[in-house]
Amino acid sequence: MGLFTELKDSISRVMDRLFTDDEPKRIGIYGPPNAGKTTLANRIARDWTGDAIGAESHIPHETRRARRKENVEIERDGKSVTIDIVDTPGVTTKVDYEEFTDEMEEDDAIRRSREATEGVAEAMHWLREDVDGVIYVLDSAEDPITQVNTMLIGIIESRDLPVLIFANKIDLDESSVKRIEDAFPQHKTVPLSAKEGENMDEVYENIAEYFG
Amino acid sequence: MPTTTNTDEPDAPDGVQIDLISGERMDGMATMEKIRMILDGVHDGNIVILEEGLTPDEESRLIEVTMAEISPDEFNGIEIETYPKSDTRKSSLLGRIMGGDEPTTKLTVIGPANQIKTLHKDETLISALVSRD
Repeated sequence: MGLFTELKDSISRVMDRLFTDDEPKRIGIYGPPNAGKTTLANRIARDWTGDAIGAESHIPHETRRARRKENVEIERDGKSVTIDIVDTPGVTTKVDYEEFTDEMEEDDAIRRSREATEGVAEAMHWLREDVDGVIYVLDSAEDPITQVNTMLIGIIESRDLPVLIFANKIDLDESSVKRIEDAFPQHKTVPLSAKEGENMDEVYENIAEYFG
Repeated sequence: MPTTTNTDEPDAPDGVQIDLISGERMDGMATMEKIRMILDGVHDGNIVILEEGLTPDEESRLIEVTMAEISPDEFNGIEIETYPKSDTRKSSLLGRIMGGDEPTTKLTVIGPANQIKTLHKDETLISALVSRD
C-alpha cells in the first residue's frame, strides 16, 4: 500500500470514529477457542437485554459464525454506553477435524471444522474492517503467552482499537490473573468468571468507561 | 502379470526443506505475494523462516487465507512462532499516524501444523521440533 493511500485510510478511520459517536459501538469479543467468549457474551446480553446470543459448549469452535446482539445499553456509575456485542469464533492458525471425532461422527466433525475455518476468516475480516473496540477474553487457567494471543493483540494495537483484556474463569483453582497482567502489561486486565457471574460489576464499569 | 518397480528412479528427498527468506526479498513484495509464497512453501511441507517477520495486517491476512485453504486430511493449518515485538515499535510520530502497521518482529518461523511443534520460545530463542510425517 502506498504512503498516500495509507495516510488517506488512516484519516478516513479517524473521521469515521469522530462522526459516529451517536451510533452504538461495535465491540468484538475476541480470544482463543474455549476462553469463554460466548458465555461472557450471553452473560452481558442477558443482564442488559434479557436474551442470550448463542449456544455454549466445552467443545472448541462451538461458535463458528460471528453473532451480534444490537443496542445493548450498559450503565455504571453515571457512565453509559450503547454497544453492539459481536461474539466471534475463537481465533487459531490451525483446525483439525480429528480433534472433534471423539465427540461426534466424522462427517459432522468435518462439517464443524469447515464452518470453524470460515468463522475464523470472518472474525479476522471483522477485526480489520468492522469493530470499534475489542474485549479480549483469556482463560486465566491457561498460559496466555501463545503466538495467536500475541499476534492478535498486536493486530488490535496496530489498528488503534481500544482493548480490554478479560481474565475469565477465575473460579478455577489453576486460575492466575497475574500471569495475564504480566503477559500484557500495556492493557487493563479485568478478572471475572462469566460462568459464575463473579466480578461482573467491575466488568460493566470498565466497559462503560473504555467504550463510552 | 507381476508388477515391477523401477529402482532406477530417484527417491524423494529424505528430509525437511527450510526456506530462509531475507528481509530484502520480502521488501519488494505485496502482501498477497508474501502470503502466497509462505503458504505455497508450507503446503509443500517446508519450514519457512522470515528474517523480518510480517506486519500486523499481513499476519491478519495470513490467518484469513490459511483458514480458506484448510482441507480435511490434506492441510490443517500452520504453526507460527515469532520473537517478541520490539519495544521501539510505534515510537515514531509517522508510525503512530499510520496506525503502527509496520513490521513488528525480528524473525518468524512458519510450518505445517502437523509437522512442526514449538518446544521453547523466549526473547532470543525459538526451539522447534520438525517431524517428517
